[in-house]
Amino acid sequence: MATATVPAVERENYLNKHYGVGSWLLTTDHKRIALLYLVSITFFFFIGGLFALLIRLELLTPAGDLLQADTYNKMFTMHGQVMVFFFLIPSIPAVLGNFLVPIMIGAKDLAFPRINLLSWYLYIIAGIMMLHCMLTGGVDTGWTFYTPFSTAFSNTKVIEAGLAIFVSGFSSILTGLNFVVTIHRMRAPGMTWSRLPLFIWAHYATSIIQILGTPVIAITLVLVVAERALHLGIFDPRLGGDPLLFQHLFWFYSHPAVYIMILPSMGVVTEIIACFSRKRIFGYTFVAFSSIAIAVFGFLVWAHHMFVAGISVYAALIFSMLSYSVAVPSAVKVFNWTATLYKGSIHYDAPMLYAFGFLGLFTMGGLTGLFLAALGIDVHVTDTYFVIAHFHYIMVGGALMGYLGGMHFWWPKISGKLYPEGWARLAALIVFIGFNLTFFPQFILGYLGMPRRYFQYPPEFQVLNVLSTAGATVLAVGYLMPMIYFLWSMRYGKPAPNNPWKAAGLEWTTQSPPTTFNFDEEPVVTWEAYNYDEIDKGHKEVTVVG
Amino acid sequence: MFDNFPLWPQRASSMAGNVDALFIFLLIVSGMMTLLIFCAVLYFAARYRHRKGVLAEQVEGSTPLEIMWTIIPLGVFMVIFGWGAFVYFQGHTPPRDATEVYVVAKQWMWKLEHAEGQREINELHVPVGRDVKLIMTSQDVIHSFFVPAFRVKQDVLPGRYTVLWFRATKPGTYHLFCAEYCGTQHSGMIGNIIVQEPAQYEAWMSGTNNGPLSAAGEKVFAELGCATCHRNDVQGRGPSLQGVFGKPVQLEDGRMITADENYIRESILDPGTKIVKGFRPVMPTFQGLVSEEQLNALVAYVKSLGGPGQPGTKTAMSAPDGAAGKGNQVQ
Amino acid sequence: MSDSTAAAHTPEGLHNPALLHHFATEEQQKDSASFGMWIFLGTEVMFFGGLFCAYLIYRGWYFGDFAAASKSIDALLGATNTAVLICSSLTVVLAIWAAHTARRGIMLVMLALTMLFGLTFLGIKGKEYHDKFVEHHVPGTSFSFEHEEIPGHPGQYANARHAEIFFALYFIMTGLHALHMIVGLGIFTWLFVKAWRGVFTPRYYTPLEIGGLYWHFVDIIWIYLFPLLYLIDRHQ
Repeated sequence: MATATVPAVERENYLNKHYGVGSWLLTTDHKRIALLYLVSITFFFFIGGLFALLIRLELLTPAGDLLQADTYNKMFTMHGQVMVFFFLIPSIPAVLGNFLVPIMIGAKDLAFPRINLLSWYLYIIAGIMMLHCMLTGGVDTGWTFYTPFSTAFSNTKVIEAGLAIFVSGFSSILTGLNFVVTIHRMRAPGMTWSRLPLFIWAHYATSIIQILGTPVIAITLVLVVAERALHLGIFDPRLGGDPLLFQHLFWFYSHPAVYIMILPSMGVVTEIIACFSRKRIFGYTFVAFSSIAIAVFGFLVWAHHMFVAGISVYAALIFSMLSYSVAVPSAVKVFNWTATLYKGSIHYDAPMLYAFGFLGLFTMGGLTGLFLAALGIDVHVTDTYFVIAHFHYIMVGGALMGYLGGMHFWWPKISGKLYPEGWARLAALIVFIGFNLTFFPQFILGYLGMPRRYFQYPPEFQVLNVLSTAGATVLAVGYLMPMIYFLWSMRYGKPAPNNPWKAAGLEWTTQSPPTTFNFDEEPVVTWEAYNYDEIDKGHKEVTVVG
Repeated sequence: MFDNFPLWPQRASSMAGNVDALFIFLLIVSGMMTLLIFCAVLYFAARYRHRKGVLAEQVEGSTPLEIMWTIIPLGVFMVIFGWGAFVYFQGHTPPRDATEVYVVAKQWMWKLEHAEGQREINELHVPVGRDVKLIMTSQDVIHSFFVPAFRVKQDVLPGRYTVLWFRATKPGTYHLFCAEYCGTQHSGMIGNIIVQEPAQYEAWMSGTNNGPLSAAGEKVFAELGCATCHRNDVQGRGPSLQGVFGKPVQLEDGRMITADENYIRESILDPGTKIVKGFRPVMPTFQGLVSEEQLNALVAYVKSLGGPGQPGTKTAMSAPDGAAGKGNQVQ
Repeated sequence: MSDSTAAAHTPEGLHNPALLHHFATEEQQKDSASFGMWIFLGTEVMFFGGLFCAYLIYRGWYFGDFAAASKSIDALLGATNTAVLICSSLTVVLAIWAAHTARRGIMLVMLALTMLFGLTFLGIKGKEYHDKFVEHHVPGTSFSFEHEEIPGHPGQYANARHAEIFFALYFIMTGLHALHMIVGLGIFTWLFVKAWRGVFTPRYYTPLEIGGLYWHFVDIIWIYLFPLLYLIDRHQ
């Protein structure tokens, strides 16, 4: 038991234990690897954001007058690829998951620390390939690579982009593999499945998708690269192939991929809502199993991206019905989160503001999914801005807000410093407002009929586009703020106590920042998850370890 | 709505109202749900705001509540699914006697040819109140024919035909967009659907002098020597095409398929894939020897030779390969 | 922070250098390694699965053309390769048994034989690829597949475009498999070196086990590939 007079950030911890570039680049400490990921994905977030900014600037006017057509096509393609594969898919699992999964279950590290480092290196190699591709001409096929355009008609660096994503896929697979083995085999004594934080359940479900789905996009990209390089005809009708086969193979992964992006965020939001309501999550078992249900059902709905692609009406019927079934567990979660607030003791700190934002925006995004799953409506709105608005509500309004909320929540643990609460609340508000201003008009644009991937459009769509671009600039400010004050806090922030939020969970029993091996002694768990009643009544004082 | 700031697309087809009705229903349901969640969250957040000395009350859960809010949404979803499926079927069942227009999409323009012979580029004239069926294919990559005012959209694929139908209900000019990214000028691949009163349409039609598409097809049929084997008088080396369109055909491997547009097209480009029972596989392929327009003309010609599947048959299209045997019959 | 060594001590109090710091017991480490390898093999199943899916679809659509193309690849060489791989899986199992029963000599011989079988497989594969190259059956600009009869349909010739799809899938499927074999050979070289240095004892031979799992998996993929690619409609 150390005294509280010397803040942990000045005692020995994982950040200051070793110095030097080598100690970072050759680390096997899951916490350091999480930070390596944090820096890399933030970098790619800004690249993807830059492309988004250029897109929105072009769309201020109906004419295609800022960028050339080919350049614009590369912008939206690379915005999608970078944001999906190099930001959203790794984000929470590789940063927060890597950092927290071992600590939350009472382990010293992940099951395979060196494979964890390999994951990061694969991500970096993929990132370098992608950057090189972008700097030497880019790719303009759309992030969806539809054939035969990508295999036989595009004049851009399709092969290089495809290979970059292929490599990044392995990074994703290895992370998922690591988490599954860790969660199964390395739980501390007493940490039964039903005592696991729901963050862990969410990452478990995510890892299943990563393991089973990612290899399919890997082989699909291999086939696209082979077809393009060797002029094969697997997806080219002129040579006996079928372009729809590509679409089936592509979406078989890319649909579950969206659940890779949202499930971890749901896990974060669960932790935050429990902590800032001072309550156990309502319906723990239902929330846990709904994560698994989303992962399983998520594999059964891929062709809802292909309702007008030329599939049979019977296939369309089946996939529409299944798509509604995957909406149910998501709805159940929203209800459980809301019910958790009932009779709670609610605090409005920044993480909770992000969680509230998530609740609202994910609900709206999810509801618009119901529109898209309805065959009669989808015919009209697919391939329009309605779809763009839908998935941005979920990925940005949902996943990204969860990520930001989680970064705020665990920042004291990760860095040993407190971020400035006032600025953080302001940033959350700016993000929420900017987000809605950016993307709500796009629902209207979509129903009006503005197609996706257009850089020029009929003049009657201009007002809504201008609103959207205005919102994007507000949103950009909202994202820049945490970048600035997190960095500021590393030098000037107040040292954080071990448990500034008085939160439940093993991670809050370690020092802030934790020592390299997390725990001095292996914890033995004898309490249920989210034991806020005990914490608040003082029966189980959160012990300061180390 | 406002002229240069519309918030709702025009309704100009018989399907538009159906789609809008479902959309509005969903707006109401979503709106209510959103309001419910927002209000609950805001109310709880305010009512149960942290007060010094007041502890949270641990409410574990409630299985009856969980079951209720699983079953009820599922029920609502199934209703939406059913309604959506119904609207979809309506939109995917071209009526008999629909006027046919052949569409060839290419980077980056729409080429249209009426069965009566008129050719248009990026524009389609149709009479109000008439059922129109578009039989579409692409010369290169995947495109998508999208008319927001009609609430119709269908991807246009290379190598096969896809079908879209509508009945315009309001004269006017409406946007035509390509809705599947297809390269550099994807956003320039736009045009107009011009819906005219019947009299105006007749006037426009008589302005062009091409004969009907089927006549052009008959010419191609003769030029390429198809009549050598496909004879109407005696049994030739190939099956007679008189009255074949829309009829079931037995293949030599035992399968029964329907002679629709995709079958005719496939028989010309890839004759070895489906051999008619009783005939030898001697037909040469015309891949690379016929353009998409010539193919359309040939299909129109074969249709004109009569058969249960004459223009406007209610059968939907089968896929050219795969889809074992029978075409999808959608009534 | 050297508490990690506390956990590395066995019940007998002897320090086991193979136990990694973050595991509590050797059993946990071994279980984790095995589990991890099984999951990895699961990802490989999904990887090849996408390919098999594409193959099965085209085989269904163009059965006759695929049968004609399949007839042109040498089933005898393919069968020989199948036997070679099955023998190699046997030697892997024997190597593990030898490690388990402290028979160092046999272990080394079995590991070497495994690699020899693997190299034989690759050699025979190379011969097959060479044959295809000479016959112009490699997809691309010099591909040619004219006047090949469809088995069971005399006088009917295979569609060259469809046959080219067969060969494209043939090369991609067997090529990826061969790539996995090469990686397997690399793994076994590393295992051989470790075995030579005496790292494996009856108490610790986990790398052999999980390397063996990988090898068996590559073998099983081939056992599916062989009939699918080489034996289409052979009874004709």
